[in-house]
Amino acid sequence: MSWVPEQPDRVWRSAEPKRRYQVVIVGGGGHGLATAYYLARNHGITDVAVLERGWLAGGNMARNTTIIRSNYLWEASAGIYEHALKLWESLEAELGYPILFSQRGVLNLAHSPQEVRDGMRRVQANLLAGVDAQWLDPMEVAEVCPIVNVSPQLRYPVLGATYQPRGGIAKHDYVAWGFARAASDLGVDIIEHCEVTGFDRRDGRVIGVRTTRGEIGAQTVALSAAGHTSVLADMVGLRVPLQSHALQALVSDLLLPVHPTVVMSNAVHVYVSQAHKGELVMGAGIDAHNSYSQRGAVHVIERQLAAAVELFPVFARAHVLRTWGGIVDVSPDASPIVGLTGIEGLMINCGWGTGGFKATPGIGWCYAHTIAHGQPHPLNAPFTLDRFTTGALVDEHGAAAVAH
Amino acid sequence: MMIITCPWCGPRNETEFHYGGEAGVAYPADPGVLSDEEWGRFLFVRSNPKGVLHERWSHNAGCRRWFSVHRDTVTHEVGPAR
Repeated sequence: MSWVPEQPDRVWRSAEPKRRYQVVIVGGGGHGLATAYYLARNHGITDVAVLERGWLAGGNMARNTTIIRSNYLWEASAGIYEHALKLWESLEAELGYPILFSQRGVLNLAHSPQEVRDGMRRVQANLLAGVDAQWLDPMEVAEVCPIVNVSPQLRYPVLGATYQPRGGIAKHDYVAWGFARAASDLGVDIIEHCEVTGFDRRDGRVIGVRTTRGEIGAQTVALSAAGHTSVLADMVGLRVPLQSHALQALVSDLLLPVHPTVVMSNAVHVYVSQAHKGELVMGAGIDAHNSYSQRGAVHVIERQLAAAVELFPVFARAHVLRTWGGIVDVSPDASPIVGLTGIEGLMINCGWGTGGFKATPGIGWCYAHTIAHGQPHPLNAPFTLDRFTTGALVDEHGAAAVAH
Repeated sequence: MMIITCPWCGPRNETEFHYGGEAGVAYPADPGVLSDEEWGRFLFVRSNPKGVLHERWSHNAGCRRWFSVHRDTVTHEVGPAR
Protein backbone atom coordinates (compact mmCIF):
# COMPACT_ATOMS: atom_id res chain seq x y z
CA MET A 1 0.00 0.00 0.00
CA SER A 2 2.65 2.48 0.97
CA TRP A 3 6.34 2.51 1.57
CA VAL A 4 7.63 1.15 4.86
CA PRO A 5 11.24 2.12 5.55
CA GLU A 6 13.95 -0.49 6.07
CA GLN A 7 15.46 -0.74 9.54
CA PRO A 8 19.17 -0.78 10.41
CA ASP A 9 20.49 -3.93 12.13
CA ARG A 10 21.12 -2.19 15.43
CA VAL A 11 19.16 0.88 16.45
CA TRP A 12 20.31 1.40 20.02
CA ARG A 13 23.23 0.45 22.25
CA SER A 14 22.64 -2.65 24.43
CA ALA A 15 24.01 -1.83 27.85
CA GLU A 16 25.24 -3.88 30.78
CA PRO A 17 23.64 -2.70 34.02
CA LYS A 18 25.80 -0.42 36.17
CA ARG A 19 25.66 -0.63 39.98
CA ARG A 20 23.85 2.63 40.29
CA TYR A 21 21.93 5.28 38.33
CA GLN A 22 20.33 8.59 39.10
CA VAL A 23 17.05 7.34 37.61
CA VAL A 24 15.94 3.76 36.97
CA ILE A 25 12.84 3.42 34.81
CA VAL A 26 11.06 0.08 35.17
CA GLY A 27 9.46 -0.84 31.87
CA GLY A 28 10.93 -0.51 28.38
CA GLY A 29 7.74 0.27 26.55
CA GLY A 30 6.86 3.50 24.80
CA HIS A 31 6.24 5.46 27.99
CA GLY A 32 9.46 4.35 29.67
CA LEU A 33 11.57 5.05 26.58
CA ALA A 34 9.96 8.45 25.97
CA THR A 35 10.48 9.36 29.63
CA ALA A 36 14.15 8.43 29.40
CA TYR A 37 14.54 10.48 26.23
CA TYR A 38 12.95 13.60 27.69
CA LEU A 39 14.90 13.23 30.96
CA ALA A 40 18.05 13.50 28.87
CA ARG A 41 16.83 16.04 26.35
CA ASN A 42 14.84 18.43 28.54
CA HIS A 43 16.54 18.06 31.90
CA GLY A 44 20.10 16.98 31.09
CA ILE A 45 19.67 13.84 33.19
CA THR A 46 21.51 11.12 31.27
CA ASP A 47 22.47 8.81 34.15
CA VAL A 48 19.35 6.80 33.41
CA ALA A 49 18.60 3.11 32.89
CA VAL A 50 15.48 1.67 31.30
CA LEU A 51 14.91 -1.89 32.55
CA GLU A 52 12.78 -4.21 30.43
CA ARG A 53 11.92 -7.71 31.58
CA GLY A 54 11.37 -8.98 28.04
CA TRP A 55 12.52 -7.42 24.81
CA LEU A 56 12.23 -3.74 24.11
CA ALA A 57 8.68 -2.61 23.34
CA GLY A 58 7.43 -6.21 23.24
CA GLY A 59 4.43 -5.57 25.48
CA ASN A 60 1.57 -3.18 24.83
CA MET A 61 3.78 -0.95 22.69
CA ALA A 62 3.72 -3.66 20.02
CA ARG A 63 0.11 -4.69 20.67
CA ASN A 64 -1.94 -1.49 20.58
CA THR A 65 -3.96 -0.36 17.57
CA THR A 66 -1.85 2.81 17.17
CA ILE A 67 -4.73 5.30 17.32
CA ILE A 68 -3.74 8.86 18.21
CA ARG A 69 -6.29 11.52 19.16
CA SER A 70 -6.84 14.11 21.89
CA ASN A 71 -10.62 14.64 21.83
CA TYR A 72 -11.26 13.75 25.46
CA LEU A 73 -14.10 15.27 27.43
CA TRP A 74 -12.42 16.81 30.47
CA GLU A 75 -9.90 19.63 30.36
CA ALA A 76 -7.37 17.63 32.37
CA SER A 77 -7.43 14.83 29.81
CA ALA A 78 -7.57 17.09 26.77
CA GLY A 79 -4.58 18.92 28.25
CA ILE A 80 -2.23 15.96 28.39
CA TYR A 81 -3.45 14.25 25.22
CA GLU A 82 -3.32 17.48 23.21
CA HIS A 83 0.20 18.12 24.51
CA ALA A 84 1.03 14.64 23.21
CA LEU A 85 -0.64 15.27 19.85
CA LYS A 86 1.36 18.48 19.36
CA LEU A 87 4.55 16.52 20.08
CA TRP A 88 3.47 13.77 17.66
CA GLU A 89 3.20 16.40 14.94
CA SER A 90 6.94 17.10 15.05
CA LEU A 91 8.21 13.83 16.50
CA GLU A 92 9.68 12.40 13.32
CA ALA A 93 11.98 15.41 12.91
CA GLU A 94 12.68 15.49 16.65
CA LEU A 95 13.84 11.86 16.74
CA GLY A 96 15.35 11.84 13.26
CA TYR A 97 13.57 8.57 12.71
CA PRO A 98 10.57 7.55 10.59
CA ILE A 99 7.44 6.90 12.66
CA LEU A 100 4.87 7.02 9.85
CA PHE A 101 2.60 9.40 11.73
CA SER A 102 -0.44 9.88 9.51
CA GLN A 103 -3.05 12.49 10.45
CA ARG A 104 -5.90 10.85 8.62
CA GLY A 105 -8.56 11.88 11.13
CA VAL A 106 -10.54 9.98 13.76
CA LEU A 107 -14.31 9.45 13.70
CA ASN A 108 -16.15 8.50 16.91
CA LEU A 109 -19.56 7.23 15.84
CA ALA A 110 -22.79 7.87 17.73
CA HIS A 111 -25.53 5.23 17.52
CA SER A 112 -28.18 6.50 19.93
CA PRO A 113 -29.73 9.88 20.80
CA GLN A 114 -27.78 9.88 24.05
CA GLU A 115 -24.52 9.28 22.20
CA VAL A 116 -25.42 12.14 19.85
CA ARG A 117 -25.91 14.49 22.82
CA ASP A 118 -22.69 13.26 24.47
CA GLY A 119 -20.77 13.63 21.21
CA MET A 120 -22.00 17.17 20.59
CA ARG A 121 -21.15 18.08 24.16
CA ARG A 122 -17.66 16.65 23.74
CA VAL A 123 -17.14 18.60 20.50
CA GLN A 124 -18.00 21.84 22.31
CA ALA A 125 -15.77 20.92 25.26
CA ASN A 126 -12.93 20.13 22.85
CA LEU A 127 -13.29 23.46 21.06
CA LEU A 128 -13.16 25.31 24.39
CA ALA A 129 -10.03 23.32 25.29
CA GLY A 130 -8.33 24.20 22.00
CA VAL A 131 -8.73 20.75 20.48
CA ASP A 132 -9.90 20.48 16.87
CA ALA A 133 -13.33 18.86 16.76
CA GLN A 134 -16.34 18.74 14.46
CA TRP A 135 -19.79 17.21 14.62
CA LEU A 136 -20.72 15.33 11.43
CA ASP A 137 -24.16 14.12 10.37
CA PRO A 138 -24.42 10.65 8.75
CA MET A 139 -23.97 11.96 5.18
CA GLU A 140 -20.85 13.86 6.24
CA VAL A 141 -19.58 10.68 7.91
CA ALA A 142 -20.00 8.89 4.58
CA GLU A 143 -18.04 11.65 2.84
CA VAL A 144 -15.11 11.25 5.24
CA CYS A 145 -15.27 7.44 5.18
CA PRO A 146 -17.32 6.10 2.24
CA ILE A 147 -17.17 2.45 3.39
CA VAL A 148 -19.11 3.11 6.62
CA ASN A 149 -22.67 1.82 6.32
CA VAL A 150 -24.85 4.82 7.25
CA SER A 151 -28.11 3.08 6.36
CA PRO A 152 -30.89 3.76 8.89
CA GLN A 153 -31.76 0.05 8.60
CA LEU A 154 -28.85 -0.99 10.82
CA ARG A 155 -29.60 -2.42 14.25
CA TYR A 156 -27.47 0.41 15.65
CA PRO A 157 -27.61 3.04 12.90
CA VAL A 158 -24.96 5.73 12.58
CA LEU A 159 -26.67 8.93 13.79
CA GLY A 160 -23.59 11.10 13.51
CA ALA A 161 -20.00 11.28 14.64
CA THR A 162 -17.40 13.47 16.23
CA TYR A 163 -14.43 14.06 13.95
CA GLN A 164 -10.91 15.09 14.88
CA PRO A 165 -9.02 15.73 11.63
CA ARG A 166 -5.63 15.96 13.37
CA GLY A 167 -6.00 12.48 14.85
CA GLY A 168 -4.54 9.46 13.12
CA ILE A 169 -2.13 6.57 13.47
CA ALA A 170 1.63 5.96 13.70
CA LYS A 171 3.77 2.86 13.39
CA HIS A 172 4.13 1.88 17.03
CA ASP A 173 7.29 -0.22 16.90
CA TYR A 174 9.12 2.50 14.97
CA VAL A 175 8.06 4.99 17.64
CA ALA A 176 9.63 2.78 20.32
CA TRP A 177 12.81 2.27 18.32
CA GLY A 178 13.02 5.98 17.53
CA PHE A 179 12.81 6.90 21.22
CA ALA A 180 15.22 4.08 22.15
CA ARG A 181 17.81 5.23 19.62
CA ALA A 182 17.52 8.89 20.56
CA ALA A 183 17.70 8.13 24.29
CA SER A 184 20.61 5.75 23.79
CA ASP A 185 22.49 8.37 21.76
CA LEU A 186 22.09 10.80 24.67
CA GLY A 187 23.65 8.28 27.09
CA VAL A 188 20.67 6.37 28.48
CA ASP A 189 21.31 2.66 29.18
CA ILE A 190 18.65 0.38 27.74
CA ILE A 191 18.78 -3.00 29.48
CA GLU A 192 16.62 -5.80 28.17
CA HIS A 193 15.83 -9.17 29.78
CA CYS A 194 16.19 -7.55 33.18
CA GLU A 195 13.18 -8.23 35.37
CA VAL A 196 12.65 -6.39 38.62
CA THR A 197 12.12 -8.92 41.44
CA GLY A 198 12.15 -6.60 44.45
CA PHE A 199 12.98 -3.18 45.85
CA ASP A 200 15.75 -2.12 48.18
CA ARG A 201 14.66 0.32 50.87
CA ARG A 202 16.36 2.29 53.62
CA ASP A 203 14.34 4.18 56.23
CA GLY A 204 11.26 3.69 54.09
CA ARG A 205 12.88 5.24 51.05
CA VAL A 206 13.32 3.21 47.86
CA ILE A 207 17.04 3.18 47.06
CA GLY A 208 17.17 0.66 44.26
CA VAL A 209 15.80 -2.45 42.64
CA ARG A 210 16.71 -6.13 42.70
CA THR A 211 16.66 -7.66 39.26
CA THR A 212 17.41 -10.88 37.43
CA ARG A 213 20.68 -9.15 36.43
CA GLY A 214 21.70 -8.03 39.90
CA GLU A 215 21.02 -5.14 42.25
CA ILE A 216 20.81 -1.66 40.79
CA GLY A 217 20.79 1.42 42.99
CA ALA A 218 18.85 4.55 42.11
CA GLN A 219 17.99 7.97 43.49
CA THR A 220 14.60 7.62 41.85
CA VAL A 221 12.82 4.48 40.65
CA ALA A 222 10.12 5.36 38.15
CA LEU A 223 7.56 2.65 37.38
CA SER A 224 6.22 2.56 33.85
CA ALA A 225 4.99 -1.01 33.61
CA ALA A 226 1.37 -0.76 32.44
CA GLY A 227 -0.48 -4.03 33.16
CA HIS A 228 2.24 -5.29 35.51
CA THR A 229 2.24 -2.21 37.75
CA SER A 230 0.26 -3.99 40.49
CA VAL A 231 2.83 -6.80 40.59
CA LEU A 232 5.62 -4.26 41.21
CA ALA A 233 3.56 -2.14 43.59
CA ASP A 234 2.71 -5.23 45.66
CA MET A 235 6.47 -5.84 46.14
CA VAL A 236 6.81 -2.49 47.86
CA GLY A 237 3.49 -2.55 49.74
CA LEU A 238 1.88 0.17 47.64
CA ARG A 239 -1.84 -0.31 46.99
CA VAL A 240 -2.86 1.02 43.58
CA PRO A 241 -6.46 1.05 42.29
CA LEU A 242 -5.76 -0.94 39.14
CA GLN A 243 -7.22 -4.06 37.59
CA SER A 244 -5.33 -5.84 34.82
CA HIS A 245 -7.29 -7.14 31.86
CA ALA A 246 -6.54 -8.69 28.50
CA LEU A 247 -7.33 -6.41 25.57
CA GLN A 248 -7.45 -8.03 22.16
CA ALA A 249 -6.80 -6.78 18.67
CA LEU A 250 -6.41 -8.34 15.26
CA VAL A 251 -5.28 -7.67 11.72
CA SER A 252 -6.71 -8.82 8.42
CA ASP A 253 -4.82 -9.92 5.35
CA LEU A 254 -3.36 -7.15 3.21
CA LEU A 255 -5.92 -5.17 1.22
CA LEU A 256 -5.75 -2.36 -1.29
CA PRO A 257 -6.48 1.05 0.26
CA VAL A 258 -10.17 1.00 1.25
CA HIS A 259 -10.26 2.79 4.59
CA PRO A 260 -9.07 6.40 4.57
CA THR A 261 -9.46 7.33 8.24
CA VAL A 262 -9.87 5.85 11.74
CA VAL A 263 -13.35 4.82 12.89
CA MET A 264 -14.25 4.10 16.49
CA SER A 265 -17.58 3.01 17.90
CA ASN A 266 -18.21 2.74 21.61
CA ALA A 267 -21.71 1.32 21.29
CA VAL A 268 -20.89 -1.63 19.06
CA HIS A 269 -17.38 -1.93 20.47
CA VAL A 270 -15.01 -1.82 17.57
CA TYR A 271 -12.37 0.52 16.26
CA VAL A 272 -10.58 0.12 12.97
CA SER A 273 -8.00 1.70 10.72
CA GLN A 274 -5.93 0.48 7.79
CA ALA A 275 -2.22 0.21 8.43
CA HIS A 276 0.42 1.48 6.02
CA LYS A 277 1.10 -1.99 4.60
CA GLY A 278 -2.62 -2.51 3.96
CA GLU A 279 -3.92 -4.71 6.76
CA LEU A 280 -7.06 -3.67 8.61
CA VAL A 281 -6.24 -3.17 12.28
CA MET A 282 -9.15 -3.71 14.67
CA GLY A 283 -9.46 -3.58 18.40
CA ALA A 284 -12.07 -5.00 20.72
CA GLY A 285 -13.15 -4.30 24.27
CA ILE A 286 -11.37 -5.79 27.26
CA ASP A 287 -12.13 -9.29 28.45
CA ALA A 288 -14.28 -8.75 31.55
CA HIS A 289 -12.23 -10.72 34.07
CA ASN A 290 -8.80 -9.90 35.50
CA SER A 291 -6.01 -11.45 33.47
CA TYR A 292 -2.26 -11.50 33.03
CA SER A 293 -2.48 -13.84 30.06
CA GLN A 294 -1.64 -12.05 26.81
CA ARG A 295 -4.53 -13.66 25.02
CA GLY A 296 -8.28 -13.33 25.31
CA ALA A 297 -11.45 -15.25 24.59
CA VAL A 298 -12.62 -15.97 21.06
CA HIS A 299 -16.17 -14.80 21.76
CA VAL A 300 -14.88 -11.26 22.31
CA ILE A 301 -13.25 -11.30 18.86
CA GLU A 302 -16.42 -12.78 17.37
CA ARG A 303 -18.52 -9.95 18.76
CA GLN A 304 -16.05 -7.35 17.56
CA LEU A 305 -16.03 -8.78 14.03
CA ALA A 306 -19.82 -8.94 13.93
CA ALA A 307 -19.88 -5.23 14.75
CA ALA A 308 -17.18 -4.48 12.18
CA VAL A 309 -18.94 -6.31 9.36
CA GLU A 310 -22.24 -4.60 10.12
CA LEU A 311 -20.60 -1.17 10.07
CA PHE A 312 -18.32 -1.99 7.12
CA PRO A 313 -20.05 -4.49 4.80
CA VAL A 314 -16.95 -4.40 2.56
CA PHE A 315 -14.99 -6.22 5.28
CA ALA A 316 -17.13 -9.37 4.98
CA ARG A 317 -14.67 -11.10 2.63
CA ALA A 318 -11.53 -10.10 4.50
CA HIS A 319 -9.69 -12.76 6.48
CA VAL A 320 -8.33 -12.57 9.99
CA LEU A 321 -4.58 -12.98 9.73
CA ARG A 322 -3.60 -12.76 13.39
CA THR A 323 -5.11 -11.96 16.79
CA TRP A 324 -3.32 -11.15 20.03
CA GLY A 325 -3.82 -9.67 23.45
CA GLY A 326 -2.05 -7.21 25.71
CA ILE A 327 -2.43 -6.64 29.45
CA VAL A 328 -3.92 -3.25 30.23
CA ASP A 329 -4.13 -1.57 33.63
CA VAL A 330 -7.58 -0.10 34.08
CA SER A 331 -8.21 2.52 36.76
CA PRO A 332 -11.60 3.25 38.35
CA ASP A 333 -12.13 6.54 36.48
CA ALA A 334 -10.51 5.44 33.18
CA SER A 335 -7.78 8.02 33.68
CA PRO A 336 -4.07 7.54 34.26
CA ILE A 337 -2.25 7.67 37.60
CA VAL A 338 1.01 9.62 37.41
CA GLY A 339 3.40 11.09 39.92
CA LEU A 340 4.32 10.72 43.58
CA THR A 341 3.45 7.58 45.53
CA GLY A 342 3.89 8.63 49.14
CA ILE A 343 7.08 6.50 49.16
CA GLU A 344 10.28 8.53 48.84
CA GLY A 345 12.28 7.63 45.77
CA LEU A 346 9.39 5.91 43.98
CA MET A 347 7.32 7.42 41.16
CA ILE A 348 4.44 5.87 39.32
CA ASN A 349 3.01 6.07 35.80
CA CYS A 350 0.14 3.68 35.17
CA GLY A 351 -3.60 3.38 34.69
CA TRP A 352 -3.55 4.33 31.01
CA GLY A 353 -5.72 1.30 30.49
CA THR A 354 -6.66 0.80 26.89
CA GLY A 355 -5.37 4.12 25.52
CA GLY A 356 -1.79 4.78 26.56
CA PHE A 357 -0.10 4.67 23.16
CA LYS A 358 -1.46 8.02 22.00
CA ALA A 359 -0.02 9.68 25.09
CA THR A 360 3.52 8.35 24.57
CA PRO A 361 5.45 11.57 23.85
CA GLY A 362 3.21 13.69 26.10
CA ILE A 363 3.57 11.49 29.16
CA GLY A 364 7.27 10.99 28.49
CA TRP A 365 7.65 14.77 28.58
CA CYS A 366 5.55 15.23 31.74
CA TYR A 367 6.80 12.17 33.66
CA ALA A 368 10.39 13.26 32.99
CA HIS A 369 9.53 16.68 34.43
CA THR A 370 7.89 15.02 37.46
CA ILE A 371 10.99 12.86 38.06
CA ALA A 372 13.45 15.72 37.52
CA HIS A 373 11.66 18.16 39.83
CA GLY A 374 10.12 15.76 42.33
CA GLN A 375 6.83 17.54 41.65
CA PRO A 376 4.12 16.84 39.09
CA HIS A 377 4.17 18.70 35.77
CA PRO A 378 1.03 20.89 35.61
CA LEU A 379 -0.41 18.64 32.90
CA ASN A 380 -0.20 15.48 35.03
CA ALA A 381 -1.00 17.19 38.34
CA PRO A 382 -4.72 16.25 38.09
CA PHE A 383 -3.79 12.56 37.75
CA THR A 384 -2.32 11.93 41.20
CA LEU A 385 -2.72 8.69 43.09
CA ASP A 386 -4.32 10.55 46.00
CA ARG A 387 -7.35 11.57 43.93
CA PHE A 388 -8.79 8.23 45.04
CA THR A 389 -8.64 9.59 48.59
CA THR A 390 -9.75 13.16 47.91
CA GLY A 391 -12.44 12.12 45.42
CA ALA A 392 -11.20 14.51 42.69
CA LEU A 393 -11.64 11.89 39.97
CA VAL A 394 -11.16 12.61 36.25
CA ASP A 395 -14.09 10.54 35.08
CA GLU A 396 -13.31 9.88 31.43
CA HIS A 397 -15.68 6.99 30.82
CA GLY A 398 -17.54 9.35 28.51
CA ALA A 399 -14.61 9.39 26.11
CA ALA A 400 -12.73 6.30 27.10
CA ALA A 401 -15.16 3.62 28.19
CA VAL A 402 -14.36 1.58 25.13
CA ALA A 403 -10.89 0.38 24.43
CA HIS A 404 -9.03 2.92 22.35
CA MET B 1 -13.34 -19.57 26.27
CA MET B 2 -13.17 -20.61 29.89
CA ILE B 3 -15.39 -23.35 31.28
CA ILE B 4 -16.67 -22.24 34.68
CA THR B 5 -18.40 -24.65 37.03
CA CYS B 6 -21.55 -23.17 38.52
CA PRO B 7 -22.14 -24.85 41.91
CA TRP B 8 -25.77 -25.37 40.96
CA CYS B 9 -25.76 -25.93 37.17
CA GLY B 10 -22.37 -27.55 36.56
CA PRO B 11 -19.74 -26.66 33.95
CA ARG B 12 -20.86 -24.01 31.46
CA ASN B 13 -19.26 -21.69 28.94
CA GLU B 14 -17.82 -18.38 30.15
CA THR B 15 -20.36 -16.49 28.01
CA GLU B 16 -23.14 -17.53 30.39
CA PHE B 17 -21.49 -15.73 33.30
CA HIS B 18 -21.05 -12.19 34.52
CA TYR B 19 -17.85 -11.18 36.27
CA GLY B 20 -18.08 -9.72 39.76
CA GLY B 21 -14.45 -8.99 40.68
CA GLU B 22 -12.66 -9.79 43.91
CA ALA B 23 -14.59 -11.86 46.47
CA GLY B 24 -14.78 -11.20 50.18
CA VAL B 25 -14.85 -7.40 50.07
CA ALA B 26 -17.18 -6.61 52.96
CA TYR B 27 -19.03 -3.33 53.33
CA PRO B 28 -17.43 -1.47 56.24
CA ALA B 29 -19.23 -2.13 59.50
CA ASP B 30 -19.29 1.56 60.37
CA PRO B 31 -18.41 3.72 57.32
CA GLY B 32 -18.70 6.90 59.36
CA VAL B 33 -15.55 6.15 61.34
CA LEU B 34 -13.37 5.52 58.28
CA SER B 35 -10.79 8.06 57.20
CA ASP B 36 -10.98 9.36 53.62
CA GLU B 37 -8.04 7.11 52.78
CA GLU B 38 -9.74 4.02 54.21
CA TRP B 39 -13.02 4.84 52.45
CA GLY B 40 -11.18 5.42 49.16
CA ARG B 41 -9.43 2.10 49.59
CA PHE B 42 -12.77 0.34 50.14
CA LEU B 43 -14.31 2.03 47.08
CA PHE B 44 -11.47 1.78 44.60
CA VAL B 45 -8.71 -0.65 45.55
CA ARG B 46 -9.02 -4.35 44.83
CA SER B 47 -6.47 -7.14 44.71
CA ASN B 48 -4.88 -7.55 41.29
CA PRO B 49 -2.57 -10.57 41.64
CA LYS B 50 -0.65 -12.27 38.88
CA GLY B 51 -1.76 -15.69 40.06
CA VAL B 52 -4.72 -17.01 42.01
CA LEU B 53 -7.57 -14.55 42.62
CA HIS B 54 -10.58 -15.31 44.82
CA GLU B 55 -13.42 -13.82 42.84
CA ARG B 56 -17.19 -13.57 42.28
CA TRP B 57 -19.14 -14.73 39.25
CA SER B 58 -22.86 -14.71 38.54
CA HIS B 59 -24.48 -17.35 36.33
CA ASN B 60 -26.65 -14.70 34.73
CA ALA B 61 -27.69 -16.71 31.65
CA GLY B 62 -28.58 -19.67 33.88
CA CYS B 63 -29.70 -19.84 37.50
CA ARG B 64 -28.65 -16.20 38.10
CA ARG B 65 -27.02 -17.06 41.40
CA TRP B 66 -23.71 -15.62 42.64
CA PHE B 67 -20.82 -17.81 43.74
CA SER B 68 -17.07 -17.61 44.35
CA VAL B 69 -14.19 -19.39 42.66
CA HIS B 70 -10.42 -19.34 42.79
CA ARG B 71 -9.06 -18.59 39.32
CA ASP B 72 -5.49 -18.23 38.13
CA THR B 73 -5.15 -14.93 36.24
CA VAL B 74 -2.25 -16.29 34.14
CA THR B 75 -3.46 -19.78 33.19
CA HIS B 76 -7.20 -19.00 33.59
CA GLU B 77 -7.56 -22.30 35.46
CA VAL B 78 -10.75 -22.17 37.52
CA GLY B 79 -11.11 -24.03 40.81
CA PRO B 80 -13.84 -24.02 43.43
CA ALA B 81 -13.86 -21.65 46.37
CA ARG B 82 -11.62 -23.00 49.11
